[in-house]
Amino acid sequence: MVTDTIAAIATAMSEAGISIVRISGENAIPAADAVFRSGKSGRRLAEAKSHTIHYGYIFDGDERIDEVLVMLMKGPNSYTGEDTVEIDCHGGVYVTKRILETVLKQQVRAADPGEFTKRAFLNGRIDLSQAEAVGDIISARNEYALKSSLDQLRGSVRETIQDLRKDLIYHIAYIESALDDPEHISLDGYREELSQVNDRLLSRLLKLIRSFDNGRMRKEGIRTVIVGKPNAGKSSLLNVLVGEDRAIVTDIAGTTRDILEEQIEIHGISLNIIDTAGIRDTSDRVEKIGVDRAISSMEKADLILYVADSSVPMNEDDEKIIEMLRGRRVIVLLNKTDLPGVISQEAIQACIDAPVIRISAKEEKGIEELENTLKDLFFQGELAFNDEICITNIRHKQALQDAYESLLQVKESIALQMPEDFFSIDLMGAYESLGKVIGESVEEDLVNEIFSKFCMGK
Amino acid sequence: MAEAYDVAVIGAGHAGCEAALACARLGLETIMFTVSVESIALMPCNPNIGGSSKGHIVREIDALGGEMGKNIDKTFIQSKMLNVSKGPAVHSLRAQADKAMYSRTMRMTLENTDHLTIKQAEVTDIHVTDGRVTGVRIHTGIEYLCKAVVICSGTYLKARCLCGEAITYTGPNGLMAANHLTDCLKSLGIEMFRFKTGTPARMDKRTIDFSKMEEQLGDERIRPFSFTTDPEEIQREQVSCWLTYTNEKTHEIIRENLHRSPIYAGVIEGVGPRYCPSIEDKVVKFADKNRHQVFIEPEGEYTNEMYVGGMSSSLPEDVQEKMYHTVPGLEHAKIVRNAYAIEYDCINARQLNPTLEFKRIKGLFSAGQFNGSSGYEEAAGQGLVAGINAALQVLGREMITLDRSESYIGVLIDDLVTKENREPYRMMTSRAEYRLLLRQDNADLRLTEIGYKAGLISDERYDKLQKKKEQIDREIERVRHVTVGASSEVQQLLEACGTQTLKSGTTLAELIKRPELDYEKLSPIDRERPSLPWDVVEQVDINLKYEGYIKRQLKQVEQFKKMEKKKIPEDIDYDDVKSLRTEAVQKLKLFHPVSVGQASRISGVSPADISVLLIYLEQLRRKQKL
Repeated sequence: MVTDTIAAIATAMSEAGISIVRISGENAIPAADAVFRSGKSGRRLAEAKSHTIHYGYIFDGDERIDEVLVMLMKGPNSYTGEDTVEIDCHGGVYVTKRILETVLKQQVRAADPGEFTKRAFLNGRIDLSQAEAVGDIISARNEYALKSSLDQLRGSVRETIQDLRKDLIYHIAYIESALDDPEHISLDGYREELSQVNDRLLSRLLKLIRSFDNGRMRKEGIRTVIVGKPNAGKSSLLNVLVGEDRAIVTDIAGTTRDILEEQIEIHGISLNIIDTAGIRDTSDRVEKIGVDRAISSMEKADLILYVADSSVPMNEDDEKIIEMLRGRRVIVLLNKTDLPGVISQEAIQACIDAPVIRISAKEEKGIEELENTLKDLFFQGELAFNDEICITNIRHKQALQDAYESLLQVKESIALQMPEDFFSIDLMGAYESLGKVIGESVEEDLVNEIFSKFCMGK
Repeated sequence: MAEAYDVAVIGAGHAGCEAALACARLGLETIMFTVSVESIALMPCNPNIGGSSKGHIVREIDALGGEMGKNIDKTFIQSKMLNVSKGPAVHSLRAQADKAMYSRTMRMTLENTDHLTIKQAEVTDIHVTDGRVTGVRIHTGIEYLCKAVVICSGTYLKARCLCGEAITYTGPNGLMAANHLTDCLKSLGIEMFRFKTGTPARMDKRTIDFSKMEEQLGDERIRPFSFTTDPEEIQREQVSCWLTYTNEKTHEIIRENLHRSPIYAGVIEGVGPRYCPSIEDKVVKFADKNRHQVFIEPEGEYTNEMYVGGMSSSLPEDVQEKMYHTVPGLEHAKIVRNAYAIEYDCINARQLNPTLEFKRIKGLFSAGQFNGSSGYEEAAGQGLVAGINAALQVLGREMITLDRSESYIGVLIDDLVTKENREPYRMMTSRAEYRLLLRQDNADLRLTEIGYKAGLISDERYDKLQKKKEQIDREIERVRHVTVGASSEVQQLLEACGTQTLKSGTTLAELIKRPELDYEKLSPIDRERPSLPWDVVEQVDINLKYEGYIKRQLKQVEQFKKMEKKKIPEDIDYDDVKSLRTEAVQKLKLFHPVSVGQASRISGVSPADISVLLIYLEQLRRKQKL
């Protein structure tokens, strides 16, 4: 069947214990060999027996990334039925990602959602009775990946990519129309122009890739949603956590009517913090939209910070919220401890199984305790990144890098004095790769561009 | 008792000719119907064969055992290889034809082919019993029995020609339209489209002032289309074409009279092609261009008619006169035939399999403009495939499918049957994703084997090809192993060619890759070189020079082929495939792709849908094994 080699992080993205990078396919063992250096024997994995464990280090070039155990399983006796290597790493989320990215440089691509399972089934490693479940997994994960992939990209990145693609398709169409109609459209002197355009595109793309590494491009982190009744002090909490006044804070209940999103770092853990409108029954149409959005972002959250106002009695709205929190990872923040309290820590603890912390957002009290609780949860592995988001980001980066490679190929073709028709092939490669990032395919783009921009014969 | 044939071909244009010849040559009793025997292989529009990517198709037709390449080699009056300054993949041959000779020569070939009967008649009905073709009826009521039908009706179905307010209900050149077949097809449940196209005026050569135009000459050394034509035998005297331009005055007249154009007035219902726009379209859509090229091309050696390329139009004739007269050299030109637009019925080609057989009617095939394509070459390529498959089916043999990785014809057919086609489809090199492999120079190496297996290529020709293949492989291996040292002789040669001298030893193959060098230039330092035919040398050169790029495409093709080989059973029930998205289910039901590869190219079917489909097919396979 399909023999190209895929890799992904096979465990939850948390700081707990070990995490596993799994590589599967024809090239799995050579790819692992290229990044792995055995701790003792110096033996290569290619020479090792199947179903053996090897101790050593992962290197990205000369840089040592992590100390690992590598498990070698030759096909067909592996989960996917293909040659499989699993790298057990210990260095936490960041290092695990680095290892995956290093592996992806070795003619390995990031696995599509559900792809290991798909291969396992196609290679006869999963029972027929589970076929339908396999199909469900694939379609559900894709659906999610597609949604989150678009969610994650910042607007400006999207625009930059669209801009780059616009330039690309124009130049491809120009070359192609000249090939199709050489008597009407000439390429004299075009080589120099394209060379400049290509250099410009390369540098813009490089900038994009760098900003990706800096985390400026994607909204990665633990999706943390602040919820609570109106006027519980959610926006004040956001402002305290961010360290500046991002949200408008008033005494009027229902001030926040839409979602506000900020990225912060606490003890090296990055959180994607989302402030929402207060949840209550309302007849105000605008406010109602805000409430619905708050509920839907709660559903997608990795962690929920439930802010309760300790100075007013609990009512139906609280009950409704607590109902929605069931089964989710939650920290309860009993806010406004600067005011005389009517809800006790014990009372709320009785309704919900979650840590409860007393804070005063106004006086910035209790924040440290919140931060410590977060840290503990994370390092105990009870709190994890959404792995689908992480892998989508890696896929995006790989697509950007592929686009970059394609443009380097164009540069080389120009330097080697190749004919113009070779340029458009790799320009198209870049166009396709960039399309993957923003979820757009090629289809009839080129033909449409040719006809709309260039006047052809007959 | 009705006359019985194996195959009936409806239409004698470029598709019909190839289809009928293929069937008859494979020994099947074949009857070909045409509304006019005089119009066999008629070229009702441009007077040339080939051109960018179309030239590739002609060479592929030839490699498969078709007739178009041979016929144009016999009847061309000018020939030119286009794009020679660019890469070998886009070199493309184009020849000006003597139209009358082209048509007459093809007719002679048909008339002298065994098992082929030509009949002047309009086919009005196709008989289908239990989902299988059984025969046809013509306008006089006569019935013919047959096992397969190939429809190649071109632009004749319910044709309507428009020149301003003047509308005639005829096919091209005033020929009789075929007005009955559409209704029969609709009653068979076939979905029809209406397309349009157009052609420019023809002028009297004696009234044109060529001194105001630039002369366009043919190549000094002419290359034939057919791999069987000896280049020496076709080095003949050529006729010139001429280049002139429109100007602001021309555009002004067009703009002032747009309301009288049937397209802009909304009289035309058909969808026209964007790639060969009328001059009205060019002026409107590219308003910033102050001139457009006009090519004046001879229609033949024994006629004074000249084709005005670049100025097709459906404006009224009085406007046409004024407009043409503004073009330098055409000030006093007399119009022999006016420009016109033509509308016609064709089908939505997604109803076809890649074999060009209708999915729901066994034994019914179709090709050419009827399938929504445009161009003589595109028509002929389909005609050949449809003809071969009709014959193979009647013979009870396995039909052929050309895929996207082996030919332009494959790309053409796949696009027609897999994409939502909303205008007449013309081939373009950008449509072929593996075009570095699909060159005009290697069409024989790609396809002759297929033609041979089908039975259209002689043993002699096939053996010759095998020998050529061997010579190419052997010579590539040899130059890879010939080492070249930094001797003074070598350095001198390299310097003379303007390329860097050697610092250490290398191989001939490595030197050939340098842009300044090629196989021929290195002959002084290659003493062991065998004497090889030019076409072998050409392959050695191209394969080495572009090796890196070619290898990359070969790798992509490998992936592509895997998906093409995954066949989808004809009776698949897409509603039974759980977790396919609704849009995908709808599209898959509509197109009914034959392979997973084809399914993946349908717009609206995502990669995840393809995964789900693969899982389902594997599930089916295992259940059948149980």
